[in-house]
Amino acid sequence: MKEYQTITEVSGPLVFAEVDEPIGYDEMVEIETPSGETKRGQVLESEDGIVAIQVFEGTTGIDRNASVRFLGETLKMPVTEDLLGRVMDGSGNPIDGGPDIVPDERRDIVGAAINPYSREYPEDFIQTGVSAIDGMNTLVRGQKLPIFSGSGLPHNDLALQIARQATVPEEEGEGDDDESEFAVIFGAMGITQEEANEFMDDFERTGALERSVVFMNLADDPAVERTVTPRLALTTAEYLAFDKGYHVLVVLTDMTNYCEALREIGAAREEVPGRRGYPGYMYTDLAQLYERAGRLKDREGSVTQIPILTMPGDDDTHPIPDLTGYITEGQIMMDRPLHSQGIEPPVNVLPSLSRLMDDGIGEGLTRADHADVSDQMYAAYAEGEDLRDLVNIVGREALSERDNKYLDFADAFEEEFVEQGFDTNRTIDETVELGWDLLSTLPRTELNRVDEDLIEEHYREDAAASDAETEEVSAD
Amino acid sequence: MSQATETETTEGTGRIKSVSGPVVKAVDLDARMNDVVYVGDEGLMGEVIEIEGDVTTIQVYEETSGVAPQEPVENTGEPLSVDLGPGMLDAIYDGVQRPLDVLEEKMDSAFLDRGVDAPGIDLEKEWEFTPEVEVGDSVEAGDIVGVVPETVTIDHKVMVPPDYEGGVVESVEEGAFTVDDAVVTLENGEEISMRQEWPVREKRPTIEKRTPREPLVSGQRILDGLFPIAKGGTAAIPGPFGSGKTVTQHSLAKFADADIVVYVGCGERGNEMTEVIEDFPELEDPKNGNSLMARTSLIANTSNMPVAARESCVYTGITIAEYYRDMGYDVALMADSTSRWAEAMREISSRLEEMPGEEGYPAYLAARLAEFYERAGYFENLNGTEGSVSAIGAVSPPGGDFSEPVTQNTLRIVKTFWALDADLAERRHFPAINWNESYSLYQDQLDPWFKENVAEDWPERRQWAVDTLDEEGELQEIVQLVGKDALPEDQQLILEVARYLREGYLQQNAFIDVDMYCPPEKTYAILTTIQTFNDEAFDALDAGVPIEDITDIDAAPKLNRIATQEDWEAYVDELKSDITEQIRSLY
Ligand SMILES: Nc1ncnc2c1ncn2[C@@H]1O[C@H](COP(=O)(O)OP(=O)(O)OP(=O)(O)O)[C@@H](O)[C@H]1O
Ligand SMILES: [Mg+2]
Repeated sequence: MKEYQTITEVSGPLVFAEVDEPIGYDEMVEIETPSGETKRGQVLESEDGIVAIQVFEGTTGIDRNASVRFLGETLKMPVTEDLLGRVMDGSGNPIDGGPDIVPDERRDIVGAAINPYSREYPEDFIQTGVSAIDGMNTLVRGQKLPIFSGSGLPHNDLALQIARQATVPEEEGEGDDDESEFAVIFGAMGITQEEANEFMDDFERTGALERSVVFMNLADDPAVERTVTPRLALTTAEYLAFDKGYHVLVVLTDMTNYCEALREIGAAREEVPGRRGYPGYMYTDLAQLYERAGRLKDREGSVTQIPILTMPGDDDTHPIPDLTGYITEGQIMMDRPLHSQGIEPPVNVLPSLSRLMDDGIGEGLTRADHADVSDQMYAAYAEGEDLRDLVNIVGREALSERDNKYLDFADAFEEEFVEQGFDTNRTIDETVELGWDLLSTLPRTELNRVDEDLIEEHYREDAAASDAETEEVSAD
Repeated sequence: MSQATETETTEGTGRIKSVSGPVVKAVDLDARMNDVVYVGDEGLMGEVIEIEGDVTTIQVYEETSGVAPQEPVENTGEPLSVDLGPGMLDAIYDGVQRPLDVLEEKMDSAFLDRGVDAPGIDLEKEWEFTPEVEVGDSVEAGDIVGVVPETVTIDHKVMVPPDYEGGVVESVEEGAFTVDDAVVTLENGEEISMRQEWPVREKRPTIEKRTPREPLVSGQRILDGLFPIAKGGTAAIPGPFGSGKTVTQHSLAKFADADIVVYVGCGERGNEMTEVIEDFPELEDPKNGNSLMARTSLIANTSNMPVAARESCVYTGITIAEYYRDMGYDVALMADSTSRWAEAMREISSRLEEMPGEEGYPAYLAARLAEFYERAGYFENLNGTEGSVSAIGAVSPPGGDFSEPVTQNTLRIVKTFWALDADLAERRHFPAINWNESYSLYQDQLDPWFKENVAEDWPERRQWAVDTLDEEGELQEIVQLVGKDALPEDQQLILEVARYLREGYLQQNAFIDVDMYCPPEKTYAILTTIQTFNDEAFDALDAGVPIEDITDIDAAPKLNRIATQEDWEAYVDELKSDITEQIRSLY
């Protein structure tokens, strides 16, 4: 392997070097600084005679005398089942003091696109035990469903709750019971040490670490490395899912930090910036991560993604949530006012959405009445929400009896259905029954989105009169 | 250069000078604009997009990781083309017409590898050709010379390619042939087979474009009822993420009364294409009960597939659409999403360091959009048949803001505008098409059809609905300030009627079997039933009946249930008489 000491320019995370042989686009590079430190990078642009290199670990300490080695291959992730239980840094080097990783195979981290023809449509219900999700925005195996949050909101608690509680209710007598458990891949990008501890403590406390692979790029780790971390995580996920048959849940946090890293590289390359300074290709770049979720025909496993992002200024039209929403299959929206009210988890179901819900629920999957109940609760909660503005102006007395019922419904919906705490695990039956308790506080004729036979079967005649008695929930 | 053509027609070999993502520059390459080239040792497919001095710039349709300077570039000397012939229906292609099922087999993997070619139509398969010309007949470019049963639904017409001279038929074959066999030979030596090639960036010739006068009946109440599109018309569906663009496009692909559907998934989700592949074969074509796939051609260049092929996929789609139009069919093309196509243009343009226009899009964005939608229309074809291409494009504006360049430039061209609304979507009012903002400029030219084929008073009924919804909009503003009960009774009644219009008429659930497709007769019946309630209620109000008594009648909530009735005709009859009876009994 040839070594060059031909660096002509260092600019932000980029290094330019002269070469006298053809170098492949995207190829891996090692740069050794005069002080003996080795940094890794990747070819961003390759021209006759000169290459632009993006350095992952930051360019500090690189000067004209640094030597550059081209490794002749693109960045690879060593994969093996033994990765389960391991903790690595954001570049994939073990940091848990465990043994060296003996790979089965080394995989290109820029995964090839899944042939759309080879996919299988995801439709296996995942019970997260969280009513706002299971009841209203159902997650299915192979879905990519991000959490849109804001700084200071408890998105990590929700993500951990999902990782802890997620199961796929298997049909009776089918296989051993860890079949429905998920392997969890955790990719952290630029999170604080404190947040990292929060996750690690929970993993250790619950024993989840055993079936987890952790990639940690912390806030004080190099920003450019963040562009690699999720790709390592997803390459591992694909391997475990599609080669080894695991159902894998990938939690990526915080995608906002990932996007900031993209912006930084773009700026260093003096690219024409897109909206708010983010690169014009950010949609494509994010899609290449988020689309690495799903199921394949004739394969056992699945990759389910829960990326977390904090919306700058709680603004969901900001390019990061916006482009994410255009790629993912819905979103779970955390809400600051609900959080102030003490609702746990503070999920606002109205702007939340699960696009794969329709095919994942219903008779034989969850319950026959699930879709109608959810639909009706959406409509009713939206109506109650609207009325709140009006109440502030005219007062409750000025509203009709019907309107007052909707107002009460909206309150109860938040306080009893959405609110459950981060430790309660509700079955889907409990969730839907709770829905009926609430819907039954509305007059029967208002339930125009529910099938008449289902109303007959589930509507609680006495509930409309008295106030909702929803404390006790009975599971079948 | 189509996927079926042999690649040996190399005209000149150059070598790579630089590689940056999908953009490769080559030197010493003898090439014309838009020639297809093979790049690097792996022979990745690309297209020439700029020539400057000795440097040729190429957009590559496959991933370029590992490709290095000095590697060879070979020119095919032909522009990017598609293979046209039987076998395009019930097929699924990537953006450069490689069949994805064939790729899966050839690559032996669920993941897309590079450097693999596959012809757009099966070159080995034999099709049963029945001639429609005889020896001695004289044929011209575009003329139909025979038919092939392509699917249970569609007879594929074999035509003289538009760039042929035409002449007297010398020999005619009948029976089973492959697409490359000559089935008709002309005296001038021209051989007509079942396969043609056509460069995707060029529109196929016709005699003339005509004013469309027939609706593309969509089976969606709000579209047929309020904002209809014509066969040969153009429409845009802009909306923020999650507002229902794809569901609407899928519904149109399933139920619109076109002969052929070309569905282009441009830079969107893989699972959405899978959904189509899994659902369509099981769904019935409302026209004839056959499998929907029998009339459908799919093009899937998902968001994670190479960006250059995203740029080309809409052209691949519309060329296939034009070809079936030439046979005299009504074709509907859906492109989801044209914004991703525009972004692909932007991405390539910025790598070329072209002068950016508005929001970084290239200055030619408006022209490209216009060119695309101009290829839609109702046409008289070269062979005298009439056919149409309707083009319906989803638009995904950043932040849901319609003032951005792709939405604005699209609106300048298309004649139907279905504006999706995040607020409606949030409250699960679907389809979340905003009835105040949306419009159709085809309304007047389509009314005669609706009058003749559905009901004489179709336009008046529609106008009543529009007026009622308008009034509701104005009243809602007052309600926001004072509450509903402060309004006079007649205005309260308008609100009540408008609520039934929204919930019972405009809303349509795409996931409920009985409701996902609504024939225009049913659309009309729901509207007239609500109007019956309106008329009876106002009469009663005039007679002094208190509004609560009127709105509380048992029959009223049933207005919201007509849509989900199997036997809606009987239900409507009964409901109308119940409403009349119950209201009249109040005074
Ligand atoms: N007609 C409808 N009936 C029932 N549900 C609908 C309807 N239209 C949309 N929806 C709901 O809205 C969700 C989002 O719709 P869709 O995927 O079409 O949005 P989109 O506008 O294409 O978003 P994106 O731009 O992100 O692709 C669907 O998954 C479905 O739950
Ligand atoms: Mg969509």
